[in-house]
Amino acid sequence: MSGGGSQARERRQAYLLVMPAVLVLAVVALYPVLAAIWLSLHRFILVFGERRFTGLENYVYLFGDARFWSALGNTAYFTAVAVTVELLLAVPLALLLNRAFPGRGLLRASVLVPWAIPTVVSARLWAWMFNPDYGLINRLLGGADINWLGAPGYALHAAILVDVWKTTPFVALLVLAGLQGIPEDLYKAARVDGASTWRQFRAITVPLLKPALLLAVLFRSLDAFRVFDAIYVLTEGGPANTTETLSIYAYKTLMRSGDFGYGSALSVATFLCVVLLAVVWLKWLGREEGRR
Amino acid sequence: MKRPGLGTALAVVAFLTFFLGPFLWQVLTSLWPDGELTRPWPSHLTGANYQSVLFGRPFLWAVLNSLVVATLTTVFCLTVGASAAFALAKLEFRGRGLLLSAALGVSMFPPIATVSPLYLILNAVGLRDSLVGLALPYTTFALPLTLWVLTSFFRQLPDELYRAARVDGCTPFGAFRRVLLPLAAPGLATTAILVFIFAWNEFLYALTFLSTPEKRTVPVAISLFASEYKEPWGEIAAASVVATLPLVVLTVLFQRRIVSGLTAGAVKE
Repeated sequence: MSGGGSQARERRQAYLLVMPAVLVLAVVALYPVLAAIWLSLHRFILVFGERRFTGLENYVYLFGDARFWSALGNTAYFTAVAVTVELLLAVPLALLLNRAFPGRGLLRASVLVPWAIPTVVSARLWAWMFNPDYGLINRLLGGADINWLGAPGYALHAAILVDVWKTTPFVALLVLAGLQGIPEDLYKAARVDGASTWRQFRAITVPLLKPALLLAVLFRSLDAFRVFDAIYVLTEGGPANTTETLSIYAYKTLMRSGDFGYGSALSVATFLCVVLLAVVWLKWLGREEGRR
Repeated sequence: MKRPGLGTALAVVAFLTFFLGPFLWQVLTSLWPDGELTRPWPSHLTGANYQSVLFGRPFLWAVLNSLVVATLTTVFCLTVGASAAFALAKLEFRGRGLLLSAALGVSMFPPIATVSPLYLILNAVGLRDSLVGLALPYTTFALPLTLWVLTSFFRQLPDELYRAARVDGCTPFGAFRRVLLPLAAPGLATTAILVFIFAWNEFLYALTFLSTPEKRTVPVAISLFASEYKEPWGEIAAASVVATLPLVVLTVLFQRRIVSGLTAGAVKE
């Protein structure tokens, strides 16, 4: 129908149409990451205006920096526990939302409320609930005086709870979308064959839901790994750095100490961890897809 | 519709309590009279906290700043994203898959990885302590979401529409602007809501780049309440409700759109 000239023109216009988007992504995302790598090879203290190339010195220091390893450990723990709990809550929630019952619309709308609330606000809201003297949680525990945000061992778990509250809805929506992709006929056939509800869940729902679950885990773990807002507002990394994650440590080094060299090295290390995590997950996801 | 069993009812109540309870407690705290927070229950409800937040503090400025940044980001994202999403969905060109993967990759960047260079760049061009300067990184980080949602939307529009417009003499761009863009209005609305919420909620860049107190956005203002004054829980709660209520209303009104937008990228193919 259309000649070769028209096709070439279409391609040309296509490039013009995507050009602004490509530029924005390249200039404000790709370039800064490369620039951060370059900065991380310098000793660079902002207030002194001191800047000189030091090669891998920052990274050598990083490997021996106990605070870095502790932040990495906290971040990994936060991510693993938060994502696991979110999945364990999201699957039943999605199964519930997938059924027809009076009030389903209300439940779905309410579930979106924590998702829509700014993370800073939800952290504030929970900080008040966690208040050792007048907080709702200690009140409900019959006047307990647990210092949720001030005691090591409690604080990181309190932060995990805030994350679970805020992001379980999103995970549930992804799972729900996966559930709605499962053909109803499969369940009908299973019922005709006399399969119990539990057996239907094990034999149909779980295997067919696996791609959606893996995708949710991929999205959420990469997101949880860069956690900043909630922890910054709840504890700023305290007590005794027990809630300090990689993003918090990098932020403090950059903006509090003004050390742009080492701060950039920490940022790059965070970036590399996320890339590594993404590669591992995508490999796994690819293998699962290949198996089907 | 089957009558729900006791198990279903209990599960619904449990989830409702968990997800709505803390927010309702915050609303109640905001109406709690100052000085009575140590009591188990307020003796009466009051709007005093709202009055002091809205008129005794520069909080309304923060709301205005957030409105400006979120609106700018939404406009930038739709302008840049709509044409790209149309090309990705309807036109043949090399590098299509690469662009979508790159966008997905960017959406997974930890923002902290870009903070130090962006700080220096924005400082160098004089945009660091400004709302426009803040909208630039926001646009970049909301663009992947924009591209995914809008591309899946344009894909749903029949190819025949595009071909017919071309036969009628439209250029590819003309077909986009005159025929497909108006039809994609619901998709644009969905995207606008999601981008607006993202920009309204962002914290790390706003905290890092803005130094003038009058330019603070809502999340930054709320995070700094305690360090400036002594833990005014009632006022914090009132400010939180003010910051959140528009989003909650938006979300409840447009829940179908939001759900379809959020899962658009995830369930395609």
